[in-house]
Amino acid sequence: MRTAQLLAVLIGGALFGFGLAWSTMIQPEVVLDFLQFEDSGLLLVLGGAVLVTLCAYLLIPKLMNKPLLGKEFHKHPNTFSKNTIVGSALFGVGWGLAGVCPGPVFAGIGAGNWMLLISGAAMFLGAYAHGRYVSR
Amino acid sequence: MFEQFFPNGMLHYLAGGLLIGAGVSFIFLMTGLVSGTSTFFSSAWSYFSTLPFFRQKSFLESRQWRLAFALGLALGGFAFLLTLGNGQAASTGVQWWRLLAGGALAGFGARMAGGCTSGHGICGLSSLQLPSLAAVITFLTTAIITAHAVQLAGVLP
Repeated sequence: MRTAQLLAVLIGGALFGFGLAWSTMIQPEVVLDFLQFEDSGLLLVLGGAVLVTLCAYLLIPKLMNKPLLGKEFHKHPNTFSKNTIVGSALFGVGWGLAGVCPGPVFAGIGAGNWMLLISGAAMFLGAYAHGRYVSR
Repeated sequence: MFEQFFPNGMLHYLAGGLLIGAGVSFIFLMTGLVSGTSTFFSSAWSYFSTLPFFRQKSFLESRQWRLAFALGLALGGFAFLLTLGNGQAASTGVQWWRLLAGGALAGFGARMAGGCTSGHGICGLSSLQLPSLAAVITFLTTAIITAHAVQLAGVLP
C-alpha cells in the first residue's frame, strides 16, 4: 500500500479519534450512563457519524469514478449468519461490562486514559481466542 | 424538551459524532476503504501468529492500513488532549476486572460478528446493510441488559 494512502488513513483515523475524545466516548462511564438510560448522548454521536458517512457513501461514488488515491470504492458487503447474531450478542455483553469498544480504546489510550490498556490487551486476546475457535 | 435526556449537554456529542463521520468519509474519499476498527485485532495477529486463520489473504493485505488507522485513532485522542482537552488526561473509575473481562468478550464477539460499533454501527448502517442493522440491535440489547444487571448487582462503577 502506498505511503500516501497510509497517510490518508492515518489522518482519517486521527479525525475519528479526536471525535471520540471530544464526545467523551473514551470514558467508559459515559457509555455506561447511556446503557443505563441516564444520558442519551451516545445516540447523537452515532447519529451524527452515520449522517455524515451515509452522505459520503451515497454521494462520493456518484461524483467520482475512483477514490483520489485508490483504484476502486470498496463495497464491503456484510453477510448474515448465525455468527452475526451470536457474535454481536457476546460483543454487547462485553461492551456493557467494560463500557468501551475497540475505537475508544485506541483514542482513549492516546488521550492518556491508561486503564484502557487493560481492555485493549484483552481485545487482542479475545481476537486470538476467536482465531483459535474457528480453526478448531 | 430534550434536556432531560442529555444532562451533560448535546453539542459535544454532536460535534464528536460529525467528526467521526468526517474521518470515515475522508478515508473513503481518499482510498475507497471501509474503515471498521475491530478487524485490526485479527489482522495484527498475522504479524505474530503462524495460525493459518491469521495468515489469510484479507488480513495480510489490510494489516498495514489497519495499523495506520489504529495509530491514527490514538493520535487523534492525543491531539484532543493537547487542545480542547487542556492537557487533562482522561481517566476511568471502572474496575479493572470489568475492563479485562468486557474487553476479552468484546474482542471475541466483534470478530465473530464481523464488526463492532464502528464496522457494523457506523460503516454498516451508513451503507444500508441489513446484517449490520441486526448486529446493532443485538449488541445494543445485550449491552443494555448487561449494564443494568451489573448496576443492579451493586457494582459501582
